[in-house]
Amino acid sequence: MDCVATGGNVKVLAKAIHSLSRIGEELYLEPVEDGLALRSVNSSRSAFACFLLSPLFFQRYQTPSDQSFRCKMPIKSVQSVFKSLSSLERSVEKCRIQFNNEKSRLTITLHCKHGLLKTHNLSFQDCESLQAVFDKDSCANMLQAQSRLMVDTVLHFPPSLEEVNLSVSNDRVWLRNHIEDDADSSRAMMTELCLSSDEFDQFAVNTQTSITFCLKELRGLLVFAESSGLPVSIYFDEPGSPVILSVTDSVLEANFVLATLSEDSHPKNHVNANTKHLQAEQMTDDFMCDDMDSVLIAMETSELPGPSHVPSSSSPPHNTNNRKHPASEDEEEEEQEEALIERPPNKKFCSLFFGSVLLASSQLTNQTIQNQEVLASDSDNEDQTES
Amino acid sequence: MKFRSKIIDVGCLNHFTRVVNTVSKLTKSCVLRLTRDHVYFVLSGKISTGGVSMWCELLQVNFFDEYQMEGVSADANEIFLEVTPENLSRALKTAQNAKSVKMKLTKKNCPCLTLAAELPSLSSVSRVVTHDIPVDVIPRRLWHDFREPQMPDFDVSIYLPPLKTMKSVVDRMKNLSNYLVMEANLKGDMNLKIETDLVSVTTHFKDLGNPPWGDDGSQTVSQSRDDDLMAEVRVDIRKLQQFLTGQQVNPSKAMCNIVHKRILHLIFLHEDVSLQYFIPAVV
Repeated sequence: MDCVATGGNVKVLAKAIHSLSRIGEELYLEPVEDGLALRSVNSSRSAFACFLLSPLFFQRYQTPSDQSFRCKMPIKSVQSVFKSLSSLERSVEKCRIQFNNEKSRLTITLHCKHGLLKTHNLSFQDCESLQAVFDKDSCANMLQAQSRLMVDTVLHFPPSLEEVNLSVSNDRVWLRNHIEDDADSSRAMMTELCLSSDEFDQFAVNTQTSITFCLKELRGLLVFAESSGLPVSIYFDEPGSPVILSVTDSVLEANFVLATLSEDSHPKNHVNANTKHLQAEQMTDDFMCDDMDSVLIAMETSELPGPSHVPSSSSPPHNTNNRKHPASEDEEEEEQEEALIERPPNKKFCSLFFGSVLLASSQLTNQTIQNQEVLASDSDNEDQTES
Repeated sequence: MKFRSKIIDVGCLNHFTRVVNTVSKLTKSCVLRLTRDHVYFVLSGKISTGGVSMWCELLQVNFFDEYQMEGVSADANEIFLEVTPENLSRALKTAQNAKSVKMKLTKKNCPCLTLAAELPSLSSVSRVVTHDIPVDVIPRRLWHDFREPQMPDFDVSIYLPPLKTMKSVVDRMKNLSNYLVMEANLKGDMNLKIETDLVSVTTHFKDLGNPPWGDDGSQTVSQSRDDDLMAEVRVDIRKLQQFLTGQQVNPSKAMCNIVHKRILHLIFLHEDVSLQYFIPAVV
């Protein structure tokens, strides 16, 4: 493998890596025909990000002859190569990434001004392809906005805010901070931002819905988008389905896939409903045992050919486009029960993975619904307060 | 009980925000008292806060373009709310370029102070950001805890040195000792002293000037007091530093009153805002 990035693209490459570092601890690198794929996933498998840099991004792009080179390495070690963005801009003319066969190292060489060469030899682990199963085109709703709008919106929420709720109607978008249902919840400050559909470059809402996802992981993408000046596209569906945020231009495509809280009100169904569909296509068949390690291995040993976007034909049957949000509960329950039967081993998978992020989502969603109702109705009753 | 208000002027909004920021740096929780003409932020001295107390008074009409208030009853036409000023600060922070900011008392899951800011947007429809800040309504029987503090029977009253200078002196002294002694006299001299086993440091200020009290009847400066005689008070240096660091409003007058070995009373005056801070002496 031999790739060379020059000029401003070195900084873009660095920013992509910094962006990925906000997601997970490891960087998965895979050169394919379509380009160099840089991916990361978080420990609870609720957030996945992929930057695909097309061959045109590079001055030179050579994939390994056997097409099977894939590796992962601690992202911190790659970040240290691209440490200071400003000095990169000033002094680095070229960046070369090669696979050094003899030493089994990934060599990153920075060609700097005045003939200075900085060579980094990074050790890596072999791995299989890290893949998230998602399909942007099958999502019911899509919004596209300038990154400036996204950044300004997020500013209203504190940096420590974990989860944010995005709701859409025919002509409005609401962003609210999501409050966990615990003892402190009634004392927490609630913030809500309402945007009109006019502010978006594209606003395609087929289903009025409300999804909750982690804001923290998203900030990495926003920083990248803002510095590149590219618009951000958001693809989403009903709660439980992942939300996909995407930044694209002619030579690169970045996709951040985040799990969303499910709307489920029955605990027994929550186990499967929260699935972010990070399983590879073969997993349902190959997956034989329950424990965590096997699940991770199963994910990594998937053999997925071709481009990174695989239609999610393995996801539980959802007629997402036609479903109206409030009335969907019964339908959803049934389908999830079916899906449960199909894949019993996932029970533990999901509950382990989403233990910390999603708690008992049944209470959460009830709280969310109640909160939404209260917020809406009291705008007329604002001057009634008992002493 | 009813409260609705609106700020339209950007300058007023910035000024109000800075006052709230100052208060939020001084205490985690305080009482917001709303009357017909004034808005107060009150902190009453308790053991838990180290005995410091604060009284911040705003003339409502200089900030709000609209202000409607109905207190608990006709004869008690006031509202007392316990609030976390940091929440208010956070809500105001991103509303600095708003076309208008409305503040009103609402009831969501609990009583809230709701701040709604209308922000400029890319389209004809404004962006609206709404913050619901939970508050506790303070019942009338507890109002006496939050009365305006009496002017203490001070020994010396003196103008403070330039705040920047004072702050940098106190900052450095804080590294050396936990306690600071402030002493001043009626000749306009002030000394800030720290003393430890290893070192003692004194910073001297001269010709600061003494505020002319006396005519308003609240205090008669005893003529017999020797001008050279220093009144001193030993305070926890962190409290003083916290007060000086938090200042976001540049006061037109900054002074302090010292009750010898008892209290340090700091007063910052601005055209429409006054801030008083009481730091008790430590033994």
